[in-house]
This record gives sequence, structure tokens and C-alpha cells, in this order.
Amino acid sequence: MNVEIKITHALKKFGDNVIIPDLNLNIQPGEFFTLLGPSGCGKTTLLRMIAGFNSIEGGDFYFGDRRINDLDPAKRNIGMVFQNYAIFPHLNVRNNVAFGLKERKLPKQQIIAQTDKFMKLMHIDEYADRMPDRLSGGQQQRVALARALAIEPDVLLMDEPLSNLDAKLRVEMREVIKEIQNDLGITTVYVTHDQEEAMAVSDRIAVMNAGVIQQIGRPKELYQRPANLFVATFIGRTNVLQKPLARQNGQLAVDFGGYLVPMPNLSDAARAGDTVQASVRPEEFVITDGKEGGIEAMVEFSTFLGLNTHYLVRLKSGERVEIIQESKIDDILEKGSTVRLAVKGEKINVFTADGETTLISAHQEV
Amino acid sequence: MTKAKKWDMWVIISLALLGLYILFMLYPMLKLLINSVRDESTGAFTWRYFEQFFDPNHGYAYTLVNSFKVSIAATVVTLIIGVPMAYLYTMYQIRGRNFLMVMIILCSMSAPFLGAYSWVLLLGRGGTITKLIKAWFGIRLPGIYGFGGILLALSTKLFPLVFLYVNGALKNVDNSLLEASSNMGCKGLKRFFKVVIPLCMPSILAAGLMVFMRSLADFGTPRMIGEGYMTFPVVIYQQYVGEVGTNYNFAAAIAVIAVIITAVIFLLQKWSSNKFSFTMNALHPIERQKPGKLASVLIHVFLYGMVVISYAPQLFLVYYSFHNVSRTGNIIKPGYSFMNYRTVWPDLGPAVWNTLRICGGALIIIIIMAMLISYLVVRRRNLVNNVIDTMSMIPYIIPGAVIGIAMIMGFNSGSLVLTGTAWIMVIAMCIRRMPYTIRSSVAVLQQIPITVEEAAASLGASKFKTFWKITIPMMFNGVAAGAIMTWVTLITELSSSVMLYSYKTITLNLLVYVLVVGGTDARACAASTVLTLFTVFTLVLYMRVAKNKELSL
Repeated sequence: MNVEIKITHALKKFGDNVIIPDLNLNIQPGEFFTLLGPSGCGKTTLLRMIAGFNSIEGGDFYFGDRRINDLDPAKRNIGMVFQNYAIFPHLNVRNNVAFGLKERKLPKQQIIAQTDKFMKLMHIDEYADRMPDRLSGGQQQRVALARALAIEPDVLLMDEPLSNLDAKLRVEMREVIKEIQNDLGITTVYVTHDQEEAMAVSDRIAVMNAGVIQQIGRPKELYQRPANLFVATFIGRTNVLQKPLARQNGQLAVDFGGYLVPMPNLSDAARAGDTVQASVRPEEFVITDGKEGGIEAMVEFSTFLGLNTHYLVRLKSGERVEIIQESKIDDILEKGSTVRLAVKGEKINVFTADGETTLISAHQEV
Repeated sequence: MTKAKKWDMWVIISLALLGLYILFMLYPMLKLLINSVRDESTGAFTWRYFEQFFDPNHGYAYTLVNSFKVSIAATVVTLIIGVPMAYLYTMYQIRGRNFLMVMIILCSMSAPFLGAYSWVLLLGRGGTITKLIKAWFGIRLPGIYGFGGILLALSTKLFPLVFLYVNGALKNVDNSLLEASSNMGCKGLKRFFKVVIPLCMPSILAAGLMVFMRSLADFGTPRMIGEGYMTFPVVIYQQYVGEVGTNYNFAAAIAVIAVIITAVIFLLQKWSSNKFSFTMNALHPIERQKPGKLASVLIHVFLYGMVVISYAPQLFLVYYSFHNVSRTGNIIKPGYSFMNYRTVWPDLGPAVWNTLRICGGALIIIIIMAMLISYLVVRRRNLVNNVIDTMSMIPYIIPGAVIGIAMIMGFNSGSLVLTGTAWIMVIAMCIRRMPYTIRSSVAVLQQIPITVEEAAASLGASKFKTFWKITIPMMFNGVAAGAIMTWVTLITELSSSVMLYSYKTITLNLLVYVLVVGGTDARACAASTVLTLFTVFTLVLYMRVAKNKELSL
């Protein structure tokens, strides 16, 4: 247990079609690591390369010191949980969970003990003799997880395991998964396209797009200090505004149409006069009461959602932005009313004009 | 990947299957092709057999025309009967609908030539009904032999196929489609032609092709009831067996012509069904309505009437088998007994045993190979497996008589002599029936997500163990249902085995045929009753295995 996964210069092609050009990754022992990205970004492909179900066209894959490139999937000692659970329909719950143990030819008593242990752990022991077609989706998911864990794998791989469950079960199961993983301390690679799910379970997340890792980091880093515009827009919601940088009192600031937001944390690459992409999340705008200062805007639409109220406003410069405010007891701002917006400068992010790199300096801690 | 790794179990199985197909199918077909253009005495290349066939004066081209006429007519008639039957069966409440379904399936299972034979016994020159009508009314019925008789026998035998296909398609028609069309003012007969028929078109075309191919390749029916009306499978057989002088090479030439024609028809059907390809899945199946009183009577008379017309002649054979007969077996005597069964008993035992071992052996080989091939085709697409896939489908368009003759040409001399053995019959049966089982296995396997096998691999199961412990058990139910239907076609197989059997390998179906041709009708009926018992038993088994699942053809 607790192995490190090391991937260097991974290359994946289907025919002449390059899916993953050159990927490097280090997953720490015992870490809950998530591959997150839109569909088609190569995250499942990468997971299946680790599992051994996809061929590897280049690079090296290591579990600890062991190179696994040419190792048969059956010999990698992985536990895998599939999107459709892949429960064996002709075997009952007990035999599903025991399948891998029987393949390892363990003594009978040990198989029974181990199977019981993991069925109990996943709270499916009462269904031990049921056939899979008489289990609900959530129960099947528990069987799949118990079956994968029972063999005490070096690595646990999960391919969108919650996407077939309804919203409530999804939240419940992700807590179960996180808890079990914490208890067993098993190195886990988890694939999902759901960023909220990724944030909820992961120690670290790799955001992928077009076969390239855009950023690796803890959930908080990814949200608050995204490395590029793709990550900023993929994780959470944000407003992207093209604005020039200006210099005020010897310090760089983003010029929101005359309203200057000082940015003391920009890197050396940022220069006054450059046009940049400013990413302002909906909660990083503040609607002020004042008649002066800030950005002038007009309310176009408002939605009351209980805890928060969402506004869609049109800036004087023409862009439409989304704002989230904590709901207040007094009236919601009317459609057509004019407001002034302040920006929480310490929170916003600024990217190069092409959106490829952040202009926030690297030593900025979050 | 290293080179050694590529040589896994499946590569070896691929190559083995490829070898089997080359040896037992391509090689005999190639020999057939060569023989068709080779002079029998000099061995030189010649077109003479083809010229002989198409010779306007003494040729046999007219048998092709005959075959086409009768096959087209049979296709049209079965569609006219089968499509409305399926429509009425789906749309209206029918009394005893499950029983009706079972009877229709049973109709589709009987041996093709037995239908023709029972019509001869009823309406032929010395037929029971013919005699009765002559005695009562003094009227002489028009002869049943020739075109009309073949058409009657083929239509009553094959309309169940159309019914089953179209019934399957109607199950996938969503009730809301019918409701939507009535909503827009399209009801009744208009809706039947403008909505229902187009929705079922893929199945109607498939059923039509099936009926056409079976009619075209049928040997038993025209042989029993055709008399002067010759069709080409009969000519191949005659040229081969030599009732009018043998000519192997000429038979080969006719066989080649037959294959070319069926191939063209198959491609035409593929092309036309592509134009009608769409998928349906009914969330709400069609709700059965209660017909009016008069309509209800008419519907029941039509549905049950067709089943009676199709199956009653078979029951007549059972009745006939208990007639007392003269010592030679061809003159009916008064009274009933088991004497015919006693007379055929010495032949019956070996024939039943041969049926079990030859058809059973073929079935086992078919199931194993179909599972392996479907796995290779679905899970391991590559050049070799695509070639196997294509080759395995070739027999679909080859008439049984052609396979029979190709088998003999391939294996009556040289280093591998199989003629006269049970093996040659097993091989011919496997080749002929494999395509159907492979198609159904492929369909079953495509329903199984690959991740289930990957799960087994990730849990440490080897490739062989995964296939054995996971894939086969998951496929088995689906494949077993199809295999039982294959079993029926095997025990009623005639057109290829009639050329391949010897006295040591005669099966039940062949025994009936031999007794019929020998003119001992009552004894033939006794043997055919045993054969009918086989099919009924098979159907019961099928319903056990398939339970509430649908019949797959």
C-alpha cells in the first residue's frame, strides 16, 4: 500500500491522433489525486493508461520503483471503480466482492474474512446474497468500491464513479469515498468533470485540457490563484474583462474605465499600458451605495436564491457581468436601476492578453 | 509493447479460426469454382458448362426463371399474409394470444419439405381430400403439383417468419406515434400504410429477404411437389446424384451461377435497407384495443385460420402414421395401429442417434466458435478478425445444395477424405448455420459493457479466466436462446445433407425423406411424427430458457 505514482513524458495516440502529447505527473503516496477537465480532455484516457487498458505510446509509468508500462492489467494490483460500476451480473454481492481474492488463490477462511470486512465497511453486508439486478445504483456503487478495495490494491482508480447517481446520493457517496480513502490511506486517482465534486474529495487536483495539464494544486489554489484563464473559467464562475494596466502612484493598477484597482502583487512581466484579461469572480464585485467612484452599471436581471441573490448587470463600458451578493433584508435592486461596483483587488486575477499565463507573481501565497 | 506480448491466447485462436475457414470453406468453394470451368475429361479450361446451362434449346436457364418466379411469388404472398397478421396481433385483444404465438413459432420450426409432403398426401393425385371430394361430389380437383403447389407449401411454411419479424418491429413502435398520427387525422387503413408500414420497413425488408432466400434455395419443397416444374436446386441435385446422368462439373457451374445470383440479391437488399435504417425504442408499447363484435370474429378467424392451414397438414401426417398398411408399405388397409412405428423401428433407432450425435456435435461446435468469433469481432477488431467476420458471413448467401456439392468436391479425394463420414455433415451444418448464431452472439456481446471484463482484469483475472468466468456466463443466456432455434434448423436440415449422408450417417429428417421418396407414406409419417416430437420438445425447452424474452431469429 501507499505507493507513489510517477509518470514522465507520457504519450498517447489513437492512430495519428495525438490525445496526450507529453505529460508529467507525480502523485504522492496516500494522496487523493483528481484528474479534472471537460469531456474529451484526456483524463479518462490517462487513467486507463495507468490501469493498463490503454496502450502507452511513449514515456514511463512507475508505481514506486516498479515500471508498469508493459505489465498486464491483472498484475498491476490496482483496484478500479468504473463509471457504470461493472458489477458482474451473474454473481451475487458476496461473490462479486470475493472475485479478486479468489483470483489470488488465498485460503478460503481468509477470503471469507476479507470479504466480510469490506462488505461491512461499505454497509452492504446485509445484501451479501442478493443478485446485482436487485440493488439500487448507490448499493451497486458500494459493491464496486468494496470489490476494488478487498484486494488491498496499491492504487485505487476511479473513473467518474458518481456520474450515474442522482444529486443527493452523489453528495452522500463522495463523503463515503473520501472517508474510506482517508481511513485506508490508499493512493487514489479519481477522474471527474464535476469541479465541485473534485474540490470536495481531493487533496490535489490536476486540471486538464486537450491532453495537457493546465495546473496542479490544492482546491483552494486552483480557485483563488488559477494559473491561466482556462483554469479560472473552468473552476467556478468568473467574469472575464479585457482591461488596460495603468500606473498610479508608482504602482500598477487595472483600469476599469477610470476606476483604478491597485495590484501590488503583479509579476515583473506586467507593464503599464498592456491590455490584460482580468478575471473577477461574481462575489469579488461589491455593490456600493455611493454616488461616486467604482464602476457605473445598470441592473438587467436579478434572481433571488435564498442565501444569495444573483444580479446580471451591464457595465457602462458595455460588458455584461454576473454578481453574487449575500441576500439582504431590504428590497432587491430593481431592474434598470443604476449601481456602482467596487472590486476586491486582493482577490481578483490578471492574465496576459492571450490568457495563457497569470500575471500574479509566483510567491503570492494563498 | 514487446513482440512476445502480442502472441496471447486470442491471437492463436484467431489464426486457428482463420485456418479452419480456409480449409473447410474457402478451399471447397475454390474447388467448386475451378471445377465449373474445367472440362471433366481433358481438364482444360472451358466455358462449356455455362454455355450448356444458358443454351436456349436444351439449357436449364428456365429453372432459374422458375426459381425466381416461385420465390418472388412466395415472398409477396407471405408478406401479404404475415404483415397484417402481425399488425392485428399487436393492435387488438386476441383470445389465447400466447397459445397463438406458440403455434406460429411451431409452424416456423417444422421441416420445410414435410409441409409440401403433407399437401401432397392431402391434395395430391391419391390425396385424402382429393379422393373424398371425388367420392362425394364427383369433382376432380385441379392438380396440386407444379408452381401452385410449391407456392402453397412455401407460403404456408414461411409466413410465420414474416409474422415474427414484423411483430418484433411493432413491439418497438411507441404508442404515441400512433396517437400523434390519429391526432393529425390519419387513422385506420391510411395509418397502417402511411405510418405503421414505413416504421416496420427495415424488418419487412429483412423478412422479405429471408423468405426469398429460403424459397430460392429450398430443395425439398420443389422436389416433393414440383414434379415437372424444375427449380435450380433440384437440377444441381439431379446433375449430382445422376437421376438423368451425372455431371459434377455441370452441377458446379450451376452452383456458381446460383451463388452469384444470391450474392447480387443480398447486396441489393443491403443497399435498400440502408435507406430505411433508423432505430426505435418504445417507451409505451402499443395498447391493444378491443375490436367490435364482427371485427373480432373476422380477426380471430383470420389469425387462427392461417395457423390451422399451416399446421393442420402436419397433424394429418401424425394421424396418417397410425394407418394400417400392406406389407410393402404403400397400400392403405383399414384400421389403425402402431405397426408403422414397429416397421421403421430398426431404422429409427440409428437415425435418432445420428440426429443427436451429428446435429448435437454441430451445435456444440457452432456455439463455441460463434462465441469465440463474436468476441474477436466485437472486442478485438483487427485485420485478421475482420477477415474472419466477413468469411463467416459468406455462407449466409450460399444455398445448401451448393455447400453440399462444394463439400464433396473438396473432400472426396486427396489427403483429407471425409465423404461418407459424419464429419462432413457436421462441417456442412456448421458452415451453413454459423452465420445466424454469430450474428446473435455479436448482438449479445455488444450489449455487455467492456468495463465488466476490465473489472475482472483489474482484480487479477487472466485473459482466459476473464473470458471463461465472466464473458461466457454473461453471454450464455442470450446465446442459448439462439442456439435452440439453430438446433431446430439443424435437425430439419435437408438440402446439403441429402448429398452428404451415407447409410451410416442417416438422420431422422433424412430417414423421412428417404421413406417418402421410396413411396412408403405411412412409414414416412411415423418417422416424421418422431421428428415433430423433437421440434415440439425443443420449443418447450426454448420457452423454458427464454422465459419471457422475445424470440430471436
